[in-house]
Amino acid sequence: MNQPPASTSHPPAAPAGNAGPAGGTPLAQRDERWQIRVRGLNKTFGPQHVLRGIDLDIERGRTNIIIGGSGQGKSVLMKHLMGLLRPDSGQIWVDGVDVVPFSDAEMGKLRRKYGMVFQYAALFDSMNVVENIAFPLIERYNLSRAEIMERVRDLLRRLDLANVDGIEQKIPPELSGGQRKRVGLARALIDRPEILLYDEPTTGLDPVATKNVDEMIRRTADDFGVTSVVISHDMASTFRIGDRISMLDQGKIVVSGTSREVLASRHPALREFVETSGLVAPEQGGQA
Amino acid sequence: MSTTSSVDDPPEISPIERRLRTLLEHFVAPIEIILRYFGERAIMLGNAMSALFRRPFRLRLFLDQMQFVGVGSLPIIMLVGFFSGAVSAQQAITALRIFNQERFVGATVGISLAQELAPVFTGLMITARAGSGMATELGSMRITEQIDALSTFAVDPIQYLVTPRVIATTLIMPVMAMVFNIVGLLGAYLFSIYFEHIDLGQFIEQFTFWTDPKDYIIGGTKALVFGVTLSVAACYQGFYVRGGAKEVGLATTRAVVAGSVSILVSDYFLIDAFHILWPYR
Repeated sequence: MNQPPASTSHPPAAPAGNAGPAGGTPLAQRDERWQIRVRGLNKTFGPQHVLRGIDLDIERGRTNIIIGGSGQGKSVLMKHLMGLLRPDSGQIWVDGVDVVPFSDAEMGKLRRKYGMVFQYAALFDSMNVVENIAFPLIERYNLSRAEIMERVRDLLRRLDLANVDGIEQKIPPELSGGQRKRVGLARALIDRPEILLYDEPTTGLDPVATKNVDEMIRRTADDFGVTSVVISHDMASTFRIGDRISMLDQGKIVVSGTSREVLASRHPALREFVETSGLVAPEQGGQA
Repeated sequence: MSTTSSVDDPPEISPIERRLRTLLEHFVAPIEIILRYFGERAIMLGNAMSALFRRPFRLRLFLDQMQFVGVGSLPIIMLVGFFSGAVSAQQAITALRIFNQERFVGATVGISLAQELAPVFTGLMITARAGSGMATELGSMRITEQIDALSTFAVDPIQYLVTPRVIATTLIMPVMAMVFNIVGLLGAYLFSIYFEHIDLGQFIEQFTFWTDPKDYIIGGTKALVFGVTLSVAACYQGFYVRGGAKEVGLATTRAVVAGSVSILVSDYFLIDAFHILWPYR
């Protein structure tokens, strides 16, 4: 399939069965290219209209970045993708199935497709590293201790944690920021998810640690073949790792496309975001 | 010129109607707040109880909480129990001495400990120690997204976090109240016999004659109810905390206040209920 055209603003939500802005397969059919397709998603909290008709396509096996300023609804959108929040209206198609009408039990099963890496790792303080990583396996399956340990140790090795002294028995407060992120990633990966969600993974990290986390995300996408969805407002990271970038502004996706297409966009919110990040000079199209 | 009113304009209301509406709102608002307060906690309790009968059954989490609430609180319960018994004996002797009836100290202290002091003081101590701990732990888990993380693994956070705490506190409270009773009686006994020189035989005889199993049933039932109210108050405050460290601190304070007040208020109604059930002799 060809590269999708960059859309500087999305058309209104397409009805079910139509392809929507990204074109191609009907929504109610598994699409080889798009794993998640969101149409006309609305969410209000009291008087606050947070999501105002979101249309978004998440590309299978790629690193999809959703950028936007603070308070624009990025985390709310991610919680909808994960099924932690229910929309007021709209559709979320995962592999050709609209998951919005799913019951809690069906949603629970769907979540096995997902892994989530939280902003500050969200490791359980009462558990050590092994217990944290093994948690999804212990909760979901009846595996032997040997099987669990084998999978945990394999991940520790692949994420460069195996060489840290006594890592298995350490508790979260004993880990550095980078180690916590990697343990959080290992926990998200242990059940071999198809989709990996990262909530602002580089927030609060220094430039070197940020670059390491970027490499970790890139390498994870390549090594594990997962679809990555990264919520971020770090523009340098976004252009370093993003295959597809979408910008959320005032509750809507205003720009979506490859990094080159996004940089070429004239949308004022995106221009302001890109220019203040220092990646391009004001009123200049290309990457610095 | 003709004036036309838009369909969006609110309909005109008379001053009397406006005043009536304001008056009604003043009456309704507090009722709504009270109903919401109890309703939200009742829903949490209902969810926690229904989760008890759903798989997976997490015995280890339940035992951990029994250990935290019960074994962890044992020293403070015993310390407070001992001195409460001694002070009760001292007060009882002072009052009974007016009528030259100090021999009844064993009976008065025994009944008041069994029915009132043991369940209430145990409840207050558990609220201060374990209730505050629950609110802080759940609050910290909420603000560091650990509760959200549980949901992402399709684990029901109420079943995983709230159910073991509520059940463990509810079941351990009568046991702790009984420990309070025993240690309290020991305090009263030592004070009465060794400091006030009350006759040992009189102390024991009056205690065994006047104190019934009924007194311990009343005390144990009250402790059970206090266990529910204090644990739900603590879990609710911690579980639904929003914001940062400051809000966790405030939630802990609210948990202790709400837990203590709920114990004292429900104590009053329970006494009334028990007096209807078993009229005072």
